[in-house]
Amino acid sequence: MTTVIADGWTMTRRNMTHVVRAPEELILYFSLPIMFVLVFGYVFGSGMQVAGGGSYREFLLPGVFVMTMLYGLGATATGVALDLSRGVVDRFRSMPMARSALMTGRSAADLLRALLEMSTLLVCGLLVGWQWRQGVGKALLAVGLLLLLRIAITWVGIYLALLVRNPDTVGVIVFPAAFPLSAISNVFVSPELMPPVIGTISEWNPLSATVAAIRELFGNPGLGGDSWPAEHAMLLAVLWPVLLIATFAPLAVRRYQRLSR
Amino acid sequence: MTTFEVVAEGLGKRYGPTRALDTFDLTVPPGTVHGLLGPNGAGKTTAVRILTTLLRFDTGRATVAGYDVLRRPDEVRARIGLTGQYAAVDEILSGRQNLELFGRLFRLGRREARRRAGELLERFGLDEAASRSAGEYSGGMRRRLDLAASLIRTPRVLFLDEPTTGLDPRSRNQVWDLVRGLVADGTTVLLTTQYLEEADQLADRISVIDAGRVVAEGSPDQLKAMTGGDRIEVVVRDAAELSQAARLVAPICGAEPELDPEVRRLSVPVVDRVAGLVDVVRALDDAGIAVEDIGLRRATLDEAFLHLTGHRPDEAREPVAAGRKADVA
Repeated sequence: MTTVIADGWTMTRRNMTHVVRAPEELILYFSLPIMFVLVFGYVFGSGMQVAGGGSYREFLLPGVFVMTMLYGLGATATGVALDLSRGVVDRFRSMPMARSALMTGRSAADLLRALLEMSTLLVCGLLVGWQWRQGVGKALLAVGLLLLLRIAITWVGIYLALLVRNPDTVGVIVFPAAFPLSAISNVFVSPELMPPVIGTISEWNPLSATVAAIRELFGNPGLGGDSWPAEHAMLLAVLWPVLLIATFAPLAVRRYQRLSR
Repeated sequence: MTTFEVVAEGLGKRYGPTRALDTFDLTVPPGTVHGLLGPNGAGKTTAVRILTTLLRFDTGRATVAGYDVLRRPDEVRARIGLTGQYAAVDEILSGRQNLELFGRLFRLGRREARRRAGELLERFGLDEAASRSAGEYSGGMRRRLDLAASLIRTPRVLFLDEPTTGLDPRSRNQVWDLVRGLVADGTTVLLTTQYLEEADQLADRISVIDAGRVVAEGSPDQLKAMTGGDRIEVVVRDAAELSQAARLVAPICGAEPELDPEVRRLSVPVVDRVAGLVDVVRALDDAGIAVEDIGLRRATLDEAFLHLTGHRPDEAREPVAAGRKADVA
């Protein structure tokens, strides 16, 4: 058990050292959400309305937080696929280390990274006029929900990388998939204002659950209508990520074990 | 308990209908270098991946450093080093960070991991590049770093899967010297290669493998002897005299020479090399045949390989010349 933790920590540190030694990637993942804040907040934002009223930028920021967690999928999957394609995973697997460390180390490092991204984004948010209105306790709870979502996304990413293996292919899959996923949700537009079918899909989108829940916790506008998912956002914001983890973590572990077939 | 460091008995591995390994047998005594020689797709890498616990197999049994690779993989992993065909190091981390990372994962304490990393960087001539990203290293440097990573805890058995593929001759020689040094210190080495010269230079024994099974095994000299040993080659100045030369040479060597009129050359196997050569020179001189070139040619592993498998090691396996498949007892 101690080796599981020690090796997991060694691998976490390895992945964090990557961030320090190759910060370009981090800049890429930072610039995207900041760009969305600027484009949607200031360019499209003037023509946007929030169901139930309120500032659009304040409505938008929780959505951008969630989107940043979603785009972490690219970083996770690309990182794992690079390891697989460069044979360094073979070296790890031929060493007397805990087999789980590759995945737990990745998961923990991505969580630390997400924390870093979150703190930067919170500051950016404050700069453009967003704020939390329900006290620090609820704001921290909101950050907790975001990180829970990030863990779920990490496991989806690990599984995806083990499935596809080629880092270039991973990039080609992730980004075209991530954008519609964030667009058909309550990230940019209130689902009540969408055509009914798309609105319903948007409301059931796992991302929407977290967005709605943290809007509530931060006290930001756009709490959504009286549909079931909108009313039970807090529950779904916990349930969806837990369900994703329960599905994709075992799938990833099985895929990883199948490397020896 | 066996006295061999590596034992494989009847190993078999299938991928769908393809037999990557088919009753593969191998024994390697301690402190020796064993070469696995064969073309691409012969099963060399599959064998190494099985013996290093990376791949499961369907049939047979394998032990490494005295431990069953299937039942006690962790014991095996603690005693082996692996340097693969593609340098398996972290490209973003520096050379030093790579070795420290692998040291930590080999259960060295922080200080010990750092000390060992420094020691290996110096020994492998990488201390000046120690803080640069491994991704910026040249092919030869990366391979040396990869080799260093396999040696963090001096392994009992070192697996080298085509360790010099893609390296320039100078880097190749460096790797060879490093391997010789390790063997002198008592490490057992299993080496796969498609370079006959490499097997000839490094290996005490060689298994020639083709289509997933061992087709011949022996010392480099034994394998060369299987082709029929040394030959005398004569190039005459005038092509018209080639058949006359052949008639003179045949009784001396006791075999019918092979003729290649295009390059005016005859080639004949010889048993007593020096006496044969002297007699041939004298006979040709007496007959007044002008000789442009004459010499003894030692059998090469290349010919041994061609003889054993019906194709050259760097050729794909498919176009096997009809009738060349050798019978090996």
